[in-house]
Amino acid sequence: MEEIKLIVNGKRLDGRDFEELRPIKIEAGVLNRADGSCYLEMGGNKVVAAVYGPREVHPKHLEDPSKAIIRYRYSMAPFSVEERKRPGPDRRSIEISKVSREALEPVIMKELFPRSAIDIFVEVLQADAGSRTACLNAASVALIDAGIPMKGMVTSVAVAKVDGILVLDPMKEEDNYGEADIPFAFLIRNGKIESITLLQMDGRVSKEELKKALEMAKKGAMQIYQLQREAILKKYIKEEEVME
Amino acid sequence: MAEVSRKIVLPGDLLSTNPKTAGPNTYVEGNKVYARVLGLLDKTETMVKVIPLKGRYVPSLGDTVIGIVKEVTANGWIVDILSPYVAFLPVQENPAMRPNKKPNEVLDIGDAIIAKVMNIDPKMRVTLTMKDKLCRPIRVGRIVVINPTRVPRVIGKKGSMIKLLKSELDVQIIVGQNGLIWINGDRRKVSIAEEAIYIIEQEAHTEGLTDRIAEFIKKRKVEMGLAKPEEVEKEEVEEKAEELGKTEVEEERTEEVKMEEKPEESLEIPPEIPEERLKGE
Repeated sequence: MEEIKLIVNGKRLDGRDFEELRPIKIEAGVLNRADGSCYLEMGGNKVVAAVYGPREVHPKHLEDPSKAIIRYRYSMAPFSVEERKRPGPDRRSIEISKVSREALEPVIMKELFPRSAIDIFVEVLQADAGSRTACLNAASVALIDAGIPMKGMVTSVAVAKVDGILVLDPMKEEDNYGEADIPFAFLIRNGKIESITLLQMDGRVSKEELKKALEMAKKGAMQIYQLQREAILKKYIKEEEVME
Repeated sequence: MAEVSRKIVLPGDLLSTNPKTAGPNTYVEGNKVYARVLGLLDKTETMVKVIPLKGRYVPSLGDTVIGIVKEVTANGWIVDILSPYVAFLPVQENPAMRPNKKPNEVLDIGDAIIAKVMNIDPKMRVTLTMKDKLCRPIRVGRIVVINPTRVPRVIGKKGSMIKLLKSELDVQIIVGQNGLIWINGDRRKVSIAEEAIYIIEQEAHTEGLTDRIAEFIKKRKVEMGLAKPEEVEKEEVEEKAEELGKTEVEEERTEEVKMEEKPEESLEIPPEIPEERLKGE
């Protein structure tokens, strides 16, 4: 794979610096029939998240008498990738759904809604690298838009290693031909990173590199957090005037 | 309008460092108070709370709700109150229930009722009661469904909006805290009230909404032939004067309005009911 140079003159293929995010666009409350929703673009990713609930659990045997259950579905549209994807869940999307759900579970205050369910659906309309991080960011905004009690905001970003250098928010080529891909998700509270809620890694990195990757991810997450906040505030600024 | 701008807060925002002041929709961790929902910050010396902007109806004790009977059992009725939880109305709590009657002769599946939240256990099983002046089965009229977070706006500051609807249209209105609203009266007037309520729900920016709704009602009344155009002009002048008087006392918070509205309603409506019922049946 030596023909593909991912880093030329200290710049990445799309002209970004190593610690620069792709352009991000976030819009909250885009769906009428959902309790909360969010449309998010992160580079080439285009995702929509919808939140329903808390609502009654069906089937009943899944009900938890002490707290709400959380269901997360990550799904890719057949037209979201270069080669048409067969619709329906596959091993990859089931795994992403699981880890994403676990990233949100400690943040949502489930114990306030016993015997109910909070359903989160995220649909990838167009996929680029890091669609799971884009989905988590969208889901987090949609949850807040739905008015669900949470400890804070979840913000997610990935770090990759290409040509021996760590880069923030990898794009497709860097993901495909790079040496490692490390998605992170953080709980951000009051503008500070409190804890890690998702950490995955695929590839080869040294101990020091992993530590450095974490620092880079934190910086990137803070930038995304600001955009998430802005997106929600933009939608609700009108309401503020009303309730005064 | 009071210029006490209330800040929008997001989950996780630090509100206070004194855990004793933690109020509704906040949580305490490590001696600090954080917001747990998206809403408006309401901070006083003794309490800090968040007024939610979104979310489903979560029952609380004493709320007036409008529900639909979903299931009939031997010892009561299971009622849908448009919340994450279903509610239960025991036979003992329905004064219309007589020992010689079967539960399905009193209330059947699909019937609508106005009830009060009597009890909520820690597992969020909600028990309703109909032993209240305001409570009754709904046999006549119309039910309008809106988002429960919009309920305070339909009631208005110090009940101004609901008063407007009641006086201008001469209809009975009972607002359930769960977002269901019962309207009864002249069919055409009820239709206007329904349209007006949907407008209130839609309009995110309420600046002068009470006035706009008043205008809308007048326009619709003329269109429906309930009022003559000349009459309207005269009324409008009176209305303006009334509005001016109202705005001066419009500084109360929406939260308090809820509390004040309930007793006022229960005093006003019951005397009208028997005749209304006779008309419908």
